[in-house]
Amino acid sequence: MKIIAVCGMGIGTSVLLKMNAEKVLGMLGIQATVQAADIAKAKVEGPTADIILTTPELVYQLEKMPGKIIAIDHVFDLVEIREKLTAALS
Amino acid sequence: MADLLNQALAEGSILVRAQASNWKQALELAGSALERSHRTTNEYTKAMVAAFEELGPYMVIAPGIALAHARPSEAVLSTGLSLVTLSESIPFGNTANDPVTLVIGLCAVDHDSHIELMAALSELLMDVMKVNMLLQAENVEQVRTLLR
Repeated sequence: MKIIAVCGMGIGTSVLLKMNAEKVLGMLGIQATVQAADIAKAKVEGPTADIILTTPELVYQLEKMPGKIIAIDHVFDLVEIREKLTAALS
Repeated sequence: MADLLNQALAEGSILVRAQASNWKQALELAGSALERSHRTTNEYTKAMVAAFEELGPYMVIAPGIALAHARPSEAVLSTGLSLVTLSESIPFGNTANDPVTLVIGLCAVDHDSHIELMAALSELLMDVMKVNMLLQAENVEQVRTLLR
Protein backbone atom coordinates (compact mmCIF):
# COMPACT_ATOMS: atom_id res chain seq x y z
CA MET A 1 0.00 0.00 0.00
CA LYS A 2 1.20 3.49 -0.78
CA ILE A 3 0.36 6.41 1.46
CA ILE A 4 1.43 10.01 0.98
CA ALA A 5 1.44 12.60 3.76
CA VAL A 6 0.91 16.04 2.29
CA CYS A 7 1.46 19.57 3.55
CA GLY A 8 2.03 22.90 1.89
CA MET A 9 5.82 22.90 2.13
CA GLY A 10 6.76 19.25 2.50
CA ILE A 11 9.10 19.79 5.46
CA GLY A 12 6.92 20.28 8.53
CA THR A 13 3.43 18.93 8.91
CA SER A 14 3.86 16.24 6.27
CA VAL A 15 6.98 14.89 7.98
CA LEU A 16 5.18 14.75 11.33
CA LEU A 17 2.16 13.09 9.71
CA LYS A 18 4.41 10.53 8.04
CA MET A 19 6.20 9.64 11.28
CA ASN A 20 3.00 9.30 13.26
CA ALA A 21 1.21 7.38 10.52
CA GLU A 22 4.15 4.95 10.45
CA LYS A 23 3.80 4.44 14.21
CA VAL A 24 0.09 3.70 13.82
CA LEU A 25 0.61 1.37 10.85
CA GLY A 26 3.25 -0.48 12.86
CA MET A 27 0.80 -0.89 15.75
CA LEU A 28 -1.88 -2.15 13.37
CA GLY A 29 0.57 -4.48 11.64
CA ILE A 30 -0.11 -2.95 8.22
CA GLN A 31 2.59 -2.94 5.57
CA ALA A 32 2.75 0.36 3.76
CA THR A 33 5.20 2.92 2.48
CA VAL A 34 4.56 6.46 3.62
CA GLN A 35 6.07 9.39 1.74
CA ALA A 36 6.07 13.04 2.82
CA ALA A 37 5.23 15.46 0.04
CA ASP A 38 4.43 19.09 -0.66
CA ILE A 39 1.42 19.96 -2.80
CA ALA A 40 3.44 19.93 -6.03
CA LYS A 41 4.94 16.50 -5.32
CA ALA A 42 1.51 15.27 -4.20
CA LYS A 43 0.16 16.06 -7.63
CA VAL A 44 2.81 13.73 -9.11
CA GLU A 45 2.65 10.97 -6.49
CA GLY A 46 -1.03 11.33 -5.61
CA PRO A 47 -2.58 9.46 -8.54
CA THR A 48 -0.83 6.23 -7.51
CA ALA A 49 -1.41 6.59 -3.76
CA ASP A 50 -4.02 4.47 -1.99
CA ILE A 51 -4.37 6.94 0.84
CA ILE A 52 -3.57 10.63 1.12
CA LEU A 53 -3.06 12.01 4.61
CA THR A 54 -3.25 15.76 5.04
CA THR A 55 -4.74 18.55 7.14
CA PRO A 56 -8.32 19.83 6.66
CA GLU A 57 -7.27 23.11 5.03
CA LEU A 58 -5.49 21.35 2.19
CA VAL A 59 -8.14 18.79 1.28
CA TYR A 60 -9.62 20.95 -1.48
CA GLN A 61 -6.27 21.01 -3.30
CA LEU A 62 -6.19 17.21 -3.47
CA GLU A 63 -9.77 16.30 -4.21
CA LYS A 64 -9.28 15.00 -7.72
CA MET A 65 -6.99 12.20 -6.56
CA PRO A 66 -8.28 8.63 -6.82
CA GLY A 67 -7.02 7.60 -3.36
CA LYS A 68 -8.92 8.13 -0.15
CA ILE A 69 -8.22 11.45 1.49
CA ILE A 70 -7.91 11.53 5.25
CA ALA A 71 -7.82 14.91 6.99
CA ILE A 72 -6.08 14.92 10.36
CA ASP A 73 -6.87 17.77 12.78
CA HIS A 74 -4.29 16.96 15.40
CA VAL A 75 -1.03 15.70 13.96
CA PHE A 76 0.21 14.25 17.28
CA ASP A 77 -2.99 12.43 18.13
CA LEU A 78 -2.21 8.80 17.37
CA VAL A 79 -5.75 7.81 18.35
CA GLU A 80 -7.26 10.14 15.75
CA ILE A 81 -4.82 8.89 13.11
CA ARG A 82 -5.55 5.27 14.01
CA GLU A 83 -9.31 5.71 13.94
CA LYS A 84 -9.32 7.55 10.62
CA LEU A 85 -6.86 5.14 8.99
CA THR A 86 -8.80 2.12 10.22
CA ALA A 87 -12.05 3.58 8.89
CA ALA A 88 -10.45 4.29 5.50
CA LEU A 89 -9.05 0.77 5.26
CA SER A 90 -12.19 -1.09 6.24
CA MET B 1 17.25 12.91 21.50
CA ALA B 2 16.33 16.00 23.49
CA ASP B 3 19.80 17.50 22.96
CA LEU B 4 18.88 17.79 19.32
CA LEU B 5 16.22 20.33 20.24
CA ASN B 6 18.53 22.51 22.31
CA GLN B 7 21.09 22.41 19.50
CA ALA B 8 18.50 23.27 16.90
CA LEU B 9 17.42 26.22 19.04
CA ALA B 10 20.49 28.44 18.60
CA GLU B 11 21.13 31.41 20.86
CA GLY B 12 18.46 34.05 20.35
CA SER B 13 15.90 31.61 19.00
CA ILE B 14 13.69 31.35 22.10
CA LEU B 15 11.18 34.01 23.07
CA VAL B 16 9.19 33.60 26.25
CA ARG B 17 5.77 35.11 26.89
CA ALA B 18 5.97 37.37 23.88
CA GLN B 19 3.15 39.64 22.83
CA ALA B 20 1.45 39.49 19.47
CA SER B 21 -1.93 40.82 18.47
CA ASN B 22 -2.57 38.67 15.40
CA TRP B 23 -1.31 35.60 13.54
CA LYS B 24 0.98 37.64 11.33
CA GLN B 25 2.81 39.20 14.25
CA ALA B 26 3.07 35.78 15.89
CA LEU B 27 4.64 34.29 12.74
CA GLU B 28 6.97 37.27 12.45
CA LEU B 29 8.14 36.71 16.02
CA ALA B 30 9.04 33.12 15.16
CA GLY B 31 10.69 34.32 11.92
CA SER B 32 12.69 37.07 13.57
CA ALA B 33 13.90 34.58 16.19
CA LEU B 34 15.23 32.40 13.34
CA GLU B 35 16.91 35.47 11.83
CA ARG B 36 18.40 36.54 15.16
CA SER B 37 19.89 33.09 15.65
CA HIS B 38 21.42 33.27 12.15
CA ARG B 39 19.36 30.44 10.69
CA THR B 40 17.57 32.46 8.06
CA THR B 41 17.37 35.82 6.36
CA ASN B 42 14.33 38.09 6.45
CA GLU B 43 13.21 36.60 3.12
CA TYR B 44 12.32 33.40 4.96
CA THR B 45 10.09 35.24 7.42
CA LYS B 46 8.30 36.84 4.49
CA ALA B 47 7.95 33.42 2.86
CA MET B 48 6.35 32.00 6.03
CA VAL B 49 3.78 34.78 6.09
CA ALA B 50 3.13 34.33 2.36
CA ALA B 51 2.71 30.56 2.85
CA PHE B 52 0.14 31.18 5.54
CA GLU B 53 -1.72 33.63 3.35
CA GLU B 54 -1.66 31.21 0.43
CA LEU B 55 -2.46 27.93 2.15
CA GLY B 56 -4.37 29.01 5.22
CA PRO B 57 -3.97 28.09 8.85
CA TYR B 58 -2.99 24.47 8.29
CA MET B 59 0.24 25.21 10.16
CA VAL B 60 -1.72 24.97 13.40
CA ILE B 61 -0.97 21.29 13.78
CA ALA B 62 -2.29 20.54 17.25
CA PRO B 63 -4.34 22.35 19.90
CA GLY B 64 -2.58 25.63 20.63
CA ILE B 65 0.51 24.84 18.54
CA ALA B 66 1.55 26.41 15.24
CA LEU B 67 4.50 25.12 13.21
CA ALA B 68 5.63 28.14 11.22
CA HIS B 69 7.72 27.30 8.20
CA ALA B 70 8.33 27.85 4.51
CA ARG B 71 10.07 25.88 1.79
CA PRO B 72 13.79 25.16 1.84
CA SER B 73 15.43 28.01 -0.11
CA GLU B 74 18.46 30.27 -0.24
CA ALA B 75 16.91 32.22 2.63
CA VAL B 76 17.77 29.27 4.91
CA LEU B 77 21.36 29.48 6.18
CA SER B 78 21.17 26.34 8.31
CA THR B 79 18.50 23.97 9.59
CA GLY B 80 17.03 24.94 12.93
CA LEU B 81 14.11 25.91 15.10
CA SER B 82 12.76 28.86 17.00
CA LEU B 83 10.33 28.67 19.88
CA VAL B 84 7.93 31.43 20.90
CA THR B 85 5.48 31.26 23.78
CA LEU B 86 2.78 33.91 23.68
CA SER B 87 1.57 35.76 26.77
CA GLU B 88 -1.92 35.76 25.29
CA SER B 89 -3.21 33.19 22.85
CA ILE B 90 -4.04 34.28 19.31
CA PRO B 91 -6.70 32.91 16.94
CA PHE B 92 -5.11 31.73 13.68
CA GLY B 93 -8.38 30.77 12.00
CA ASN B 94 -7.93 27.02 12.51
CA THR B 95 -11.26 25.55 13.56
CA ALA B 96 -9.93 22.50 15.36
CA ASN B 97 -6.87 23.86 17.11
CA ASP B 98 -7.27 27.58 17.84
CA PRO B 99 -6.17 29.62 19.74
CA VAL B 100 -2.38 29.43 19.47
CA THR B 101 -0.03 29.93 22.42
CA LEU B 102 3.08 28.16 21.15
CA VAL B 103 4.71 28.96 17.82
CA ILE B 104 7.57 26.78 16.63
CA GLY B 105 9.55 28.23 13.72
CA LEU B 106 11.18 25.64 11.48
CA CYS B 107 13.68 26.11 8.67
CA ALA B 108 15.39 23.33 6.75
CA VAL B 109 18.04 23.41 4.06
CA ASP B 110 16.43 20.50 2.22
CA HIS B 111 13.57 18.01 2.53
CA ASP B 112 15.43 15.20 4.28
CA SER B 113 18.23 16.23 6.61
CA HIS B 114 15.99 17.42 9.45
CA ILE B 115 14.04 14.19 9.94
CA GLU B 116 15.67 13.25 13.26
CA LEU B 117 15.02 16.74 14.51
CA MET B 118 11.36 16.39 13.57
CA ALA B 119 11.18 13.12 15.49
CA ALA B 120 12.54 14.87 18.58
CA LEU B 121 10.13 17.76 18.07
CA SER B 122 7.23 15.36 17.64
CA GLU B 123 8.13 13.58 20.85
CA LEU B 124 8.19 16.89 22.71
CA LEU B 125 4.95 18.24 21.31
CA MET B 126 3.11 14.98 21.97
CA ASP B 127 3.86 15.36 25.64
CA VAL B 128 0.97 17.55 26.75
CA MET B 129 2.32 17.99 30.24
CA LYS B 130 5.67 19.18 28.96
CA VAL B 131 4.03 21.57 26.52
CA ASN B 132 2.01 23.03 29.40
CA MET B 133 5.20 23.47 31.40
CA LEU B 134 6.83 25.18 28.42
CA LEU B 135 3.94 27.62 28.29
CA GLN B 136 4.41 28.35 32.00
CA ALA B 137 8.15 28.95 31.64
CA GLU B 138 9.21 32.44 32.67
CA ASN B 139 12.59 32.61 30.99
CA VAL B 140 14.76 31.04 28.32
CA GLU B 141 16.75 28.98 30.80
CA GLN B 142 13.59 27.29 32.08
CA VAL B 143 12.64 26.44 28.50
CA ARG B 144 16.08 24.97 27.82
CA THR B 145 15.93 22.89 31.00
CA LEU B 146 12.57 21.47 29.92
CA LEU B 147 14.01 20.52 26.56
CA ARG B 148 16.99 18.72 28.02
